[in-house]
Amino acid sequence: MRKLLPALLAAGLAFAPLSFAQAQDGQGPTENTASEEAAAGQDASAEAAEEGHAETPHYPLRHPEQLNWSFAGPFGHWDVAQLQRGLKVYKEVCSACHGMRLVAFRNLEALGYSEAQVKAFAAEYTVQDGPNGDGEMFERPGIPSDYFPSPFPNTAAAAAANGGAAPPDLSLIAKARAVERGFPTFVFDLGTQYQEAGPDYIHALLTGYDQEPPQAIAESLQPGTYYNPYFISGPALAMPPPIGDDQVEYPDGSPQTVDQYSRDVAAFMMWAAEPHLAERKATGFVVMIFLVVFAGLLFAVKRRVWAGTAH
Amino acid sequence: MSVHDTAEPNRRDFLYIATGAAGAVGAAAAIWPFIDQMNPDAATLALAEIDVDVSQVAEGQSITAKWRGKPIFIRHRTAQEVEEAKSVNLDDLKDPVARNANLPADAPATDANRATGGGAQPSGGEGAAAADGMSPAREQWLIMVGVCTHLGCIPLGTSGDYDGWFCPCHGSHYDTAGRIRQGPAPENMAIPPYAFTTDTNIRIG
Amino acid sequence: MQWLDARLPLPRLVYDSFVAYPVPRNLNYAYTFGGILALFLVLQILTGVVLAMHYAANSAIAFDSVEKIMRDVNWGWMLRYMHANGASFFFVAVYIHIFRGLYYGSYKAPREILWILGVIIFLLMMATAFMGYVLPWGQMSFWGATVITGFFTAFPLIGDPIQQLLLGGFAVDNATLNRFFSLHYLLPFMIAGVVILHVWALHVTGQTNPTGVEVKSSKDTVPFSPHATVKDGFAMVVFLIIFAYMLFYMPNYLGHPDNYVEANPLKTPSHIVPEWYFLPFYAMLRAITFNIGPIDSKLGGVLVMFGSILVLFFLPWLDTSRVRSTAFRPVYKIFFWIMVVDCIFLGWLGSRPAEGIYPTLALIGTIYYFGHFLIVLPVLGLVETPRRLPGSITEAVLARNAGGGTPAGAAAAPETKG
Repeated sequence: MRKLLPALLAAGLAFAPLSFAQAQDGQGPTENTASEEAAAGQDASAEAAEEGHAETPHYPLRHPEQLNWSFAGPFGHWDVAQLQRGLKVYKEVCSACHGMRLVAFRNLEALGYSEAQVKAFAAEYTVQDGPNGDGEMFERPGIPSDYFPSPFPNTAAAAAANGGAAPPDLSLIAKARAVERGFPTFVFDLGTQYQEAGPDYIHALLTGYDQEPPQAIAESLQPGTYYNPYFISGPALAMPPPIGDDQVEYPDGSPQTVDQYSRDVAAFMMWAAEPHLAERKATGFVVMIFLVVFAGLLFAVKRRVWAGTAH
Repeated sequence: MSVHDTAEPNRRDFLYIATGAAGAVGAAAAIWPFIDQMNPDAATLALAEIDVDVSQVAEGQSITAKWRGKPIFIRHRTAQEVEEAKSVNLDDLKDPVARNANLPADAPATDANRATGGGAQPSGGEGAAAADGMSPAREQWLIMVGVCTHLGCIPLGTSGDYDGWFCPCHGSHYDTAGRIRQGPAPENMAIPPYAFTTDTNIRIG
Repeated sequence: MQWLDARLPLPRLVYDSFVAYPVPRNLNYAYTFGGILALFLVLQILTGVVLAMHYAANSAIAFDSVEKIMRDVNWGWMLRYMHANGASFFFVAVYIHIFRGLYYGSYKAPREILWILGVIIFLLMMATAFMGYVLPWGQMSFWGATVITGFFTAFPLIGDPIQQLLLGGFAVDNATLNRFFSLHYLLPFMIAGVVILHVWALHVTGQTNPTGVEVKSSKDTVPFSPHATVKDGFAMVVFLIIFAYMLFYMPNYLGHPDNYVEANPLKTPSHIVPEWYFLPFYAMLRAITFNIGPIDSKLGGVLVMFGSILVLFFLPWLDTSRVRSTAFRPVYKIFFWIMVVDCIFLGWLGSRPAEGIYPTLALIGTIYYFGHFLIVLPVLGLVETPRRLPGSITEAVLARNAGGGTPAGAAAAPETKG
């Protein structure tokens, strides 16, 4: 939302050669900020500390690397094998602390599983149901219409068990986190249809541990937090490095590295956050074709109608 | 954009017709999502199947389960009730069809056909259920959608002139097999698709 | 038809307003945005009514009900993205429409009422959009509502009671969400009502046109149908192409990621920004960081922000120029484009954190904004020498066609508006 206006600004400049004075005014600070942000992004040595005074430091300290995703672009589609691997990583690692309460087991059929496989998968979970005839809540094996159970009964319990920082639910995380792109990148994003800031961020965060914090930051780190220059709202976060090489076994022979785990689980998160993404893009393609053809026809009609009228 | 009555449409007419047609197709396609959104959503459809444990339901008792937002009467009938239902002459029935989702639409409304779940192949005969490995004890179980076929009220159990159900709204009487016997309701109460997955568990839907 | 017409002259009204109604022959594509806005109003109402069938206005389940729409409801994802992006495109169209009005002097006599009705629609739109943004009950929804209703606390004495009245409590909560939903459903129909008045007023005075010269004879006009209908229709479809592009390929581009986090009354997002279409006003709000006499900075900011829209009501009387169209006002043309850039600049500042040089720049932008309306317009109208006006619309059209020799279809390309 903050992205469109500067886009218009650029367009406005192109349209208004007469307004030079003001344009200079507008252009100057724009460029400065962009380069400042870029510097903050590339240089982990805490710009904030140097600038000192009232200036709030800008996080993340480093911008996430932009990856290639199968679901990017106008013909984006899911890599089903990747989603299955991502589900495995989520199930075996992330789900220990993070819930995914908006995703139901039945949704997993979109990952290429049969109804029977989904049923078997759901049955591995225990969900609470009730009350039964005696008014008691009881536990039973999951069925496809159940949702992924959360590891903690509520946010307070989650926070208490995790040193005060409740692990966020992951259902929407791929859409709820995005590092600001800055000017002018976001203008170009309009053309490239860059919408993968969420998965890029997740991948960057998961692979961003194990780095030496610069001196200034190392001194100020809170105990119980872990330095990660890709973390969006601070120099360090409460989540310890969650996954290591070879922690999850991939039956399909994909590399069992943190990098691959992160890619897979990030793609899975994107699917969890936007299950209709591929369908949306496919629908969009048909709609766009129709609208362009219809616009062409209307333009021809318009020319016919106005043919005899100078205007 | 009028279409002239000329035998051979000229190029201008063709353009107008093509544009008009494209607009109509586009509008129709655009309306569809607005209508389709009213259909049951994916979560609702996923709940179309429930499991009910009937181990605690003694003879002569009944329980009510909720399936697709409607009450399902699960009645463990007494031998006397079954006998009563079996003794009814089919010609006396107001609605001669079983209304059983597990059977063909024209299956006659015999008691056996009323008390038959999925998995049993219908043959119209009394022995159909037993032949398919269904223990005779199952015929004691009557599982039906507890909604009066008149205007949708919920009938009261073990009441009415036929010892079955009685709908207080408009006075329909059902017998012990849930068949309409007297009153304004046109059909027997519906039997949902169901099957015994174990001796004590019924899957409805 | 005649039978109906004799009893209820609806067919005649439609015929007179949308078939035979004469429109100037030289309207360019900047004049198609009225029709586009009508289309989007209908689109927003339709998608909104449909979404309301699935949405639950209760703070405990509102967020989840929106996600249910996105995941489970048939086509729910599309309808919701249409509604969310439709709001943005509604504002894109309305801003172009407003600036077109400013450029061609559409507010000048005898169209003052037409203009004022338009400003009222704009205000209603802003209220509707704001309350609609609260409904998904994400973090930005919640904190946006908190900040914007906080405006009212700036007023001494009456401020706090007014805010409590609006919120139905001491903070944004379930009561607030419920009333916002109710009003969000109501206001679009009020907008539709005012739009009818707006169109009525338009059809009484007739449209302006790029020359600013009033229609003098029937040679200056063409019938609304098919000329204007097909041209508006073409513009609508082109606008819909851009809309569809955003809707299907980048539906979250104009949104904020924090709104995919459920509202948490105990935790403010690090950086609160309103939707993009409010950013210029937000920048003006934050530009006042100092007390002006007895008015403290908080009240000053709120007054400036409300004033920025109020000033539009007085526009017809602030502009002293005899010439309507900016095309014939060489000096004002420069100021007009400065104004456009200033608004975009303010919008960009609104998205920046309120630190460093930004508040100062916002103040400069705000001063120009008001200076434009309160100083430039009245003074320039008196001192500027306009270019010679054409005798009639037809004369202008023929002169241009003779000069350029452009084929009829291409003559109305968008660049003619500049």
